[in-house]
Parts: sequence; structure tokens; C-alpha cells
Amino acid sequence: MRPRLELLDRPLVERILSEAFELIATVGARVAPQAVDLLRTAGARVENGVAHIPEDLARLALSTVPHEFFLYSRDGQPAVHYGGDDVHFDPGSSCLNILDSEMRQPRPAQAADLARMVQLTEMLPEYAAQSTAMVCNDVPQDAGDWYRLFLVLYYSSKPVVTGAFSGPSLQVMLDLLAIESGGADALRAKPRAVFDVCPSPPLNWSDFASQNLVGLARAGVPAEIVSMPLAGATAPVTLVGAVVQHAAECLAGIVIHQLASPGAPIVWGGAPAIFDMSSGVTSMGSIETAMLDVACSQVGKYLGLPTHGYLVNSDGKYLDAQAGMESGTSAALGALAGINMISGAGMLDFVACHSLEKLVVDAEAIASAKRLMAGIEPRGDSLALSMFAQAGLSGDFLKLKETRTLFRGEQHFPSAVIDRGGSPSDDAPDLFARAQARVEELLAAYKRPDLSSAREQAMLAFAEREAAKVGLKTLPGIRPVTRVESLHNTVSR
Amino acid sequence: MDIANYNCMRQSIIDGSPDAAADLARQHIASGQSPLEAINQGYVPGMHFVGDEFARRRMFLPDMMASAEAMRAAMSVLDPELRNLGEARPCSGVVVLGTVKGDIHEIGKCLVATLLVAHGFEVHDLGPDVSAEKFIAAIRERNAGLIGMSALLTTTMKQQRTVIEVLEREGLRSRVKVMVGGAPVTRQWAEEIGADGYGKDAVSAVALARSLVETSGKFAGVRPV
Repeated sequence: MRPRLELLDRPLVERILSEAFELIATVGARVAPQAVDLLRTAGARVENGVAHIPEDLARLALSTVPHEFFLYSRDGQPAVHYGGDDVHFDPGSSCLNILDSEMRQPRPAQAADLARMVQLTEMLPEYAAQSTAMVCNDVPQDAGDWYRLFLVLYYSSKPVVTGAFSGPSLQVMLDLLAIESGGADALRAKPRAVFDVCPSPPLNWSDFASQNLVGLARAGVPAEIVSMPLAGATAPVTLVGAVVQHAAECLAGIVIHQLASPGAPIVWGGAPAIFDMSSGVTSMGSIETAMLDVACSQVGKYLGLPTHGYLVNSDGKYLDAQAGMESGTSAALGALAGINMISGAGMLDFVACHSLEKLVVDAEAIASAKRLMAGIEPRGDSLALSMFAQAGLSGDFLKLKETRTLFRGEQHFPSAVIDRGGSPSDDAPDLFARAQARVEELLAAYKRPDLSSAREQAMLAFAEREAAKVGLKTLPGIRPVTRVESLHNTVSR
Repeated sequence: MDIANYNCMRQSIIDGSPDAAADLARQHIASGQSPLEAINQGYVPGMHFVGDEFARRRMFLPDMMASAEAMRAAMSVLDPELRNLGEARPCSGVVVLGTVKGDIHEIGKCLVATLLVAHGFEVHDLGPDVSAEKFIAAIRERNAGLIGMSALLTTTMKQQRTVIEVLEREGLRSRVKVMVGGAPVTRQWAEEIGADGYGKDAVSAVALARSLVETSGKFAGVRPV
């Protein structure tokens, strides 16, 4: 049996949904002008920018949402299945800093850092998808959204979890994806990316969030709602109350999205968290935050929808025991909950800082979580008796044929990042050093996936045109070689 | 008034009981005693106790918010009486607060505002997305001696430097103390941009404001209690 984790019994899930439906009907959701006409035409009452969405309308929208869809790799193969209990992981997204590998201190991230992270993610099979992981501080803010995506598409063939922080960015990003996919229809048929779309808590579908929902629905490119109730600050302090708010924000978003284009793919996702009452911070690594992700996902699954969560990250600032504990625990919980896409790996410091070294350590946590998901299964007619029939009480199981046949299926073999060596010695590398070595080993082996020359040229020409609009004369992270790239000598071409 | 009543006032703040705090203030006024004595010997020590307990992780933000509300209730009774007597409300300083331009995050900044008010500061909260010009105008209009700027993003924290540059250009820098805060802000950043201090959280922002006032009572708008 596959082990599963549920935190809510069925009556409680139904009660959560019942309150969520009531919330969007009575209190309502703040919506942007882009969504008002759609909602009014469908029968919702909209007053002073607040839409009161009747349950019937929300249920109608739910009835048109696809229960599953795929994201495709560059070669057109289905690579990520959103739906059922399939579980995938991708790195956390859009943080500001990177933990410098040499200094072991955070510094503002640059395009070359993102290029390295994309290459590293490409080499780690634990990550089914890429993410537009960092804000590139050497790229003008107005170009930030599309430029992150451009770097990912340039260096990777995996599907991408991305997002636009403004309305105008979305169209540029869709145009870029269409070039890479061979046209808007090809992109719609085999989407390479899913776009995170974030309501502002509580229950506010802001201008650009509403605009993104509508734009993505009409383009047929999957949207992923990232609802972020902050329990105790911008959401009820109880975990279950925050889950209700999450459900209500998702329901309101789904209504807008499905009204724009019924049947367009959308994900019940989020980054819920608790507000730490002692420090006043958003704790992304706490057990309660992981519980929120599991519970929110369970509500989405009850509705038969694809799900997403934000885990495998840490509030700690360094790659230390706290980072390992928080990330490893939440990777296991998210996997057991069957969340379709779990974002967040690699991140530290309340999702403000990425670390390449942490990304490889988190890959080990993910591999372990996946082993856990596989559970304990009988293999053959006898569980142990036939092996005891051969070995008796000698204890000599190592020689048995069954041992050799079955051990690969029973045990997960971590990389050298995980210390399973013998006695400690003074000169043994610590975790950071082992992770650093693994990063360099993987980056050295990285080779940029093939892209047809015509499409590559079209993408580069597009990027140069867009870059020129914001006064960017080079393409950082690609050409010319930037200082960070030359220092680390890593970017392959 | 005997010390037991001051202790009750202090306790009403610690308990976060607006009704009790206001009742005690009314009784105090009805007995013809000085509102200033109630503030200085009853209510303010309560807020200080809460701040200390918060720092020790024995009280938490919801407790502190409740205490701030109790303080507000007491002051709503005592303020009119102070005005009747022609006395100025004890004011730790006049603060202009805001989240810098381009940034819409304000939970932390609002916490700072609440706590500063509870600690006797006159706070003018300009909200989120505040331009340098708006900060400058508010400082002039309110004759503020302190400015607090919050930023949640590394992209927007640069605005804190811009505001300081504009303060200098407008000739206001020498009479206004600058506090900065927000998730990406560090002590190093505060020093780099020439701020007078950095608060890592709401409680330390209050402590910072109090210490800036103590060291610079001569600044405009700052009237030490």
C-alpha cells in the first residue's frame, strides 16, 4: 500500500468547503475591474469592487475545471502530471538573494546565479520541473519576469513553474513560450509552463492577479493559484480557519478563470503559512505551515482538482540542522499528502534566499520522501520464510540470490552528499563542502539540451528586442560572460 | 492616589483589558487627580513590562496588540482631561511612518505604528507605497523628529536611500532621525545609507525610537516625557 497522510476527516472537509462557499457569497472577494464584467454577466453581485459569488456559480465553475493535465518537456513529451496523487517537486521561486558558495553568506542574486541553478536543476532527476527561481538583480525590474523565464527556457528542457508579477509581463512571457513551443496553438496543446497566480490575502484578486487569471485562461496555459493565507495576521489564526480562507480564495479565482474560458487548466495551490507570534515573521518552515499545505491540498483533492503546495524550505539562514529538519520533514509530509507539485526546495530565510548547495541536499530529502511514498510491499510468495529456509540462523543473508535481486528495490542510495561513511575524521568535509562538491560535479557534467537553431535564434532575437526596451544592452547569464560567470566558470554553451 | 490603583492600571495594560483601563482612568479623573500621574505611574509602566516580557518570549504579538488597545482606551479618557487642564499629552516624539514607494507590504509597519502609539509617540502612518516627496511633506506638516521607513523587497529597499538623499537635499536631515526596517534590511544596510538606526522587529523599532529620542531631545517634534 502507498502510505497517505490526511489531516482532515471527510465531514471537516465538507464543513470547510461549506464555509468557503458562504464566505465568497456573503463577505465576498475583492476583484479587479478586469473580472467585474465576467462576474456580473454570470450573475454575481459586485458592489464597490467586492464580488458576492453565489455557491451555484462557484459549483458551475468547478464542474468545468479539468481534473488533470500535463506539462510537457521541450521535446513534446508529457513530463509532469497534475492530477490524482502524483507528486513532483520544483525549486522555490523568485527569491532575492543567493547564498554565495564561496563566502557562505547571502548576496543579491544575479542572472548568472539563476543560470547555474537552472543547470543544476536540469541535472537533478528529483526535480521534475524548473522554476524561475531568482530575481536577477542585474536585470531591470521591468524585464525581470520574462528574463527569468528566458534563462530557464535557454538552459533547460524541463517544464517550468513560473509567474508574472505584472499584467504586461504575462503577454511577453506567453509570446516567449510560444516561440519556444512553435506557436501559440502548439503552446496551448502542449504547455511547457504553469503560471503561479497569487491572490492577496484576505480574498483580494488584485488587478494583475485577475488580469493574469483571465489572460492565462484565454491562452490555454495552465494557471496555478498560490493562495497565501497568513494564519493570525491576514487570515484566521486557527489552522482550519486559514484553510477555509485558502479554499475561498481558490474558489473565487477559479470562478474568474473558468468564466474567462471554461475548461482551461487551473491548479488548487498555495503557500499558506503561520504568522509567528513571537517574531512577527511568516514561518515557511514550521510544522504548522506544512500542516496547512497538507490540509489545503486535501480540500482540493476532495474536489478532484490538481494540487500544489509550498514546502521543502527553511526559515534558517544557512545550510544547517534546522534547514535539514524543516525541509526534510515537509518533503516527506507533502509527498505523503500526494500534492501534485511541491515548490520551495533550495530556499532559506523565509523564501528570501536560494542556495545551490541546499538544492542538492533537498534533492536527497526528496529522494527519501519518494522512497517513503513507495511504501513497504511483499515481494514474492513468502515475506521472509523462503530466505530463512536458505540462511537458517546463520544470519548470512548477504549471499542470498534474493538479496541481490531485491536490494535495489528496497533501498534508496543517496549521493555522497549524505554521510554514510565510517568513523569521523578531522579532515572529513562537512555537509556544505560535500554539497558544494556535488554542485560542481553536476555543473561540470551539464550539457545544454538541444534546441533547433531556428527557434534558438528566434528566442535570442526576441530577448534582445525586449531587453533593448529597458535599456539592457547585453543578455546577462548568457552573453557576454558576466563577472560571476567568469569567476565560477560554469555556464556551458 | 495610592500605589494599589497605579498597580491596577499597570495590570489592565498587561492584561490587555480596554474596559478596565478606561474605568480606572475615569475613576482617577473623578477623584480629581492628575492624568499625567496615571499615565506615568500606571499605564506606561504596564507597556514597558509588556515590551520586556515580549523580548523574553513570555508574551506574544496578540498580547502586545491587546495591551496597545488597552492603552488607547485609557488615553481616550485621559486625553480630553489633559486638554481641559491645558497640559500637553506626554509625547515621546512625533513619527512619520510608511512603507516606501513601490512596496505594498505593511503588516510589520502597522505593528510598529501600534506599538509606537502605545509607547506615547504621536504617529502619522502614511501607509504603503509612499514616495520621498510624501515623506518630506508629512515631516514638514507634522514637524516630525523621526521618520520610519519599511521595505519588504530588496528592489524597493533602495528607496530608503532615496528618501534620505531627499531629506538631505531639502535641508531636513539634521533635524530628523531616520529609522529603517523590513525583511531584507540589515544593520549594515542602515549604516550604508546613513540611517540612524535599524529595527529588526516591531519591539526593537520602539526601543530604537526611544533611544533616538533620548539622545536627541533637541530635535524638532521630539518632546521627551
